[in-house]
Amino acid sequence: MRALDLSGISEADIRACKEIATEAGVDLKDCYQCGKCTAGCPLAEGMDLMPREVIRFLQLGALDVVLDAKTPWICAQCAVCSSRCPQNVDICSTMRAVRIAAKRAGKRPVPEADIFDDEFIANVRAHGVSNEQYLAAMYNLKSGHFTQDMGNATRMLKRRMVGVAIHNTKGRAEVAALIDRALGADEGGE
Amino acid sequence: MMKYANFPGCSAETTGKSFTVSTKYVSERIGFELVDIPDWNCCGTSAASLTSPELAIALPARSLAIAERELPGLDVVAACAGCFRSLKTSLAFARESDENLEHVRELIDMPYNAEANVVSLLEAFVSDDVRSSIAEHVTRELRCLKVACYYGCAMVRPAEVCDFDDVEDPRSMDELMELIGAEPVDWAFKTECCGAAQQMAIPKQARPMIERIFENAAANGADCIVTSCPLCMLNLDMREAEINRARIAEGKKPFDIPCYYFTELIGLSFGAEPAEVGIDIHFHPAEMLLLRRELDALEAQEADLAAQAEERRKKAEIAARIAQKKAEKAKKAAESEKEAKR
Repeated sequence: MRALDLSGISEADIRACKEIATEAGVDLKDCYQCGKCTAGCPLAEGMDLMPREVIRFLQLGALDVVLDAKTPWICAQCAVCSSRCPQNVDICSTMRAVRIAAKRAGKRPVPEADIFDDEFIANVRAHGVSNEQYLAAMYNLKSGHFTQDMGNATRMLKRRMVGVAIHNTKGRAEVAALIDRALGADEGGE
Repeated sequence: MMKYANFPGCSAETTGKSFTVSTKYVSERIGFELVDIPDWNCCGTSAASLTSPELAIALPARSLAIAERELPGLDVVAACAGCFRSLKTSLAFARESDENLEHVRELIDMPYNAEANVVSLLEAFVSDDVRSSIAEHVTRELRCLKVACYYGCAMVRPAEVCDFDDVEDPRSMDELMELIGAEPVDWAFKTECCGAAQQMAIPKQARPMIERIFENAAANGADCIVTSCPLCMLNLDMREAEINRARIAEGKKPFDIPCYYFTELIGLSFGAEPAEVGIDIHFHPAEMLLLRRELDALEAQEADLAAQAEERRKKAEIAARIAQKKAEKAKKAAESEKEAKR
């Protein structure tokens, strides 16, 4: 863990960190920094802040450190951290809340993770279901990783796992309306 | 219970085709009935929960509300672990309070009472009815197969939502495999995450997750990995070749571990041909393993019999020598007695 100048932290930062915790259903004071979350995290080696540190910086009110961190975007949401926490701190939902807060602040430290989720929801909004082949194609296009999994796409085609046909839910307009309503409710809930 | 409302999930006809095909094969034989929820929609999975908590509640609730209206009285089954967790998370929220339920109704703009329970296909299959029906249909016990049962994360976590089996050491699938004669191995990665969508978004950081799962299965003597989720399956089965190429480049031994859905292995134990349960379209070759292990078992049996015969022969030889020695001894004793009498 690095040194941090606490004098740069404003009241507003502390409040924002508390709001993130509230959104996640977490009382930050519960965490006594044992590190069990980090020990079990299967992606910790690829993270810039350890899961334990994300909680620590939230405790300190270091909003920018948390919002700029790649960690919440690298998290795969497997919830092993929350499951093993001796204090029942839901670290996994905290990662979600940080990500959503970062996005609202116009930050996306791992663009690929953001592009993937946006394309996923756009796909569902358009068709009611996720069409994996188009999701993958759109993801490659927008992330600039044009050839990622191209070999696998060929192997899938050969096995007739995917084709060109797009699947649609009959009530896809209903699903689109539902998505807009939910996202609207989310904005309104701020 | 043997009849459920089925939430197929977006991969049912595509990357998870073998899961669907093998589930159908087994279900038809054991009288397990799945009725598709009409006009179901995507559960939203982690993409929804990472976008908005409201969306993560609303998307699954629409399908659950349709099931309640069109298939009243039936619990909902989801084969995919990701779908299972999304549906059950939404259900748990709706059941928490009247206020929550009302909020869900407003979001989906439909009548909804959160009546039906949600279970995974694995959970439905470990009910007593289904298990005894499976046991009745086994014609080819998979005796020689050592399996690493891989549950993944979404089947058991968060425990308060999933409410299924032990969160660190689940046994349900292991017991199903024992039921069809296979031998589950003890291993440490039963509920370790496969990386899910992160295998696409951040492949560099996420690939080691898969490699470690294979490594641990191999280290514990597994012939194969058994899965209960189409995304776990895709991440393991499809990416094994890539991981092997990297391993070879590093001078490490490549893996040769086919992956199966638990329903495929149950199908094989019912006497299905591999193609009948979707094993012919796996990425890592998976059709030969059982045959090879059966041959191994027969050869081991032969070797065992030969060893037993050899042991019997040696015993007889020793017994003969003992008898001979005893006879010689008796003869000598008789002679010396004669001598003494003289």
